Amino acid sequence: MFRTFSRCRLLGPLFSALASCLALPTLAAPPAFEDTIAQRTLACTACHGAQGRAAPDGYYPRIAGKPAGYLYNQLLHFRDGRRSYRLMTHMVEPLSDSYLHEMAEHFAALDLPYPAPSPVAATAQELQRGKQLALRGDASRQVPACVQCHGTALTGVQPSIPGLLGLPRDYLNSQLGAWRSGQRRAHAPDCMASIAQRLNDSDVSAVSGWLASQPLPVNPKPARVLPAPLPMECGSADAPSPSAAKRGRP
Amino acid sequence: MNARMNHAWRHAHRGRLLPVLALLLLLGGLLAWLSWPATPIAVRASATTPATDSTTVERGRYLATLGNCQLCHTPRGGVPYAGGRGIATPFGTIFSSNLTPSPAGLGTWSADDFWRALHHGQSRDGRWLYPAFPYNNTTHITRPDSDALYAYLRSLPPQATPAPAHQLDWPYSTQAALKVWRALYFEEGSATPAAERDGDLEVQRGAYLVRGLGHCSACHAPRNALGASSNMLDLAGGLIPVQNWYAPSLTNPTEAGVQDWTLDDIVALFQSGRAGNALVTGPMAEVVQHSTQHWSAADLRAMALYLKQLPRTDTPVASTTTASVRLKGTGEQLYDKRCAQCHGEQGEGRRGTDGRFAYPPLAGNRAVTMASPANLVQIVLNGGFAPATPGHPRPFGMPPFVLNLSDGDVATLLTYIRTQWGNQAPPVSTLDVQQLRGTSAR
Repeated sequence: MFRTFSRCRLLGPLFSALASCLALPTLAAPPAFEDTIAQRTLACTACHGAQGRAAPDGYYPRIAGKPAGYLYNQLLHFRDGRRSYRLMTHMVEPLSDSYLHEMAEHFAALDLPYPAPSPVAATAQELQRGKQLALRGDASRQVPACVQCHGTALTGVQPSIPGLLGLPRDYLNSQLGAWRSGQRRAHAPDCMASIAQRLNDSDVSAVSGWLASQPLPVNPKPARVLPAPLPMECGSADAPSPSAAKRGRP
Repeated sequence: MNARMNHAWRHAHRGRLLPVLALLLLLGGLLAWLSWPATPIAVRASATTPATDSTTVERGRYLATLGNCQLCHTPRGGVPYAGGRGIATPFGTIFSSNLTPSPAGLGTWSADDFWRALHHGQSRDGRWLYPAFPYNNTTHITRPDSDALYAYLRSLPPQATPAPAHQLDWPYSTQAALKVWRALYFEEGSATPAAERDGDLEVQRGAYLVRGLGHCSACHAPRNALGASSNMLDLAGGLIPVQNWYAPSLTNPTEAGVQDWTLDDIVALFQSGRAGNALVTGPMAEVVQHSTQHWSAADLRAMALYLKQLPRTDTPVASTTTASVRLKGTGEQLYDKRCAQCHGEQGEGRRGTDGRFAYPPLAGNRAVTMASPANLVQIVLNGGFAPATPGHPRPFGMPPFVLNLSDGDVATLLTYIRTQWGNQAPPVSTLDVQQLRGTSAR
């Protein structure tokens, strides 16, 4: 406040200074510097929205509240080329397993409200097909239901299965497309790749439309355990051991 | 009459015919030289049978770490030393070779073949290697070190995948082009240069590391259109093609010269990725991450001693008063909005609870004021982290601004920070940013 005032007095007669005096108070005051993990990860929230609650454009997904194991796996996928987005790879490349794990745990622990789902352009028939795939799957094509892995409430399962609600349809479409084309991969055995490759374009559009139109349940947190075993085997990375953290990744 | 005319004609043209013939002969000779297939250079066989004992293998592993061989010779997330990583150059993409002991790799290579590649830049079959493999540096590696590296690579699990074929533009893809390039720029390494033979042993070791395995000049030498320098071991600073990061001068203390640093700070920079207000970023972060943080204390000290005694090439920093008041107005607004929270209202930086810089100061920071704005452009567009090392395990990140700032905004902002708080560096134009952003999509 004092700084703004003195600057205005000094440059008072100049039009540019007048403009800057008018403009400055409208800028949101940046939060003060704190030596925290939230501060360290401002590079992440620049795109993924404040506290990782998603960017408005729909392409940078929400990361807040996703299971830590899932987030950690994705960071490793970007680093090791199983997912490709140049900016993400550039961000995570110089970091150690233990630091990436700490970041994953930080965002996983954030408990933030979800916005209401955006309206989706889909016919009733499409939505019905999407609901069927999500809740019952398609046995004739060996497609398990989404709920079999992603939890009965579709809010994900600890430690490594993500929720499917609260994501924009564009994001769901592009991810399922990437799974089908091999652009997005996971640790072997890559169960989601196998499933996505059994889906066709209209399946993807139907299931993304239905998922994107569902509100979050009262408890939006990932389930602790699945009621039944996974229908297929899925790969995942182990959390880094404390001794590996000390050594640093070669 | 006729005979006389004929004689006159011959007389008049004899003077021109000779140089033409000589030129043709020269061209023919040149063509023959260019197209003559190279045969493997005879190398002196190793004095002893190549060692395979665990001590030698371990020494080879350490030497490979010194040389950061693994980074280029491993595909992203793939099997170490399996090769196949694409290295983009202005002449096309080179794919690194498989160094594991399989038929697709070095399976049929002898220790002599391996030495020929390191020392002469020549493959087992006589083909000249592309200088993306920095053989102007590896030629300085000693034969015992070459043999230990060979022993280590032989100890790796064989990986059968061959590297993809290079995708190079003609004529750069040809052996003839490599022959010309070598004639111009390759200089075979000898034993320790005469000037250093009597010097301090530690400095000699440092020189050996910087010239040879460390291959510092592969980035820090200035480059011409052929990706070369008249002195391939020069450390005067150069723009890394395609990546558009500037590897700053190691001889100029206003760039990255460390002549005025303490030995401890130099060692800390290579070991932890930070020292004082300096942080390593971009391609150098990869070097610290994969190589120098794992060097022995003795080797770090030797390199530091060598870098510290490099002759200075001070260049006066061009001062500038061209930043207009208008520019300052918007530059200041951009700075206050985007940068001040972390880098401080006066560019003073911010310290974490450990008392070290969390965000480096921009005032009086030579990374901000050096002539080339390339690294500033890359840092502002792409953001990123310093390498996580045991000495700096949880670096603070810089957000990318590629999605928020136009080329003009970046130019205005950079001009502002280069001319504030006592900084006196040349302004940055929108065109500079356009040219440097390269492949950084908006």
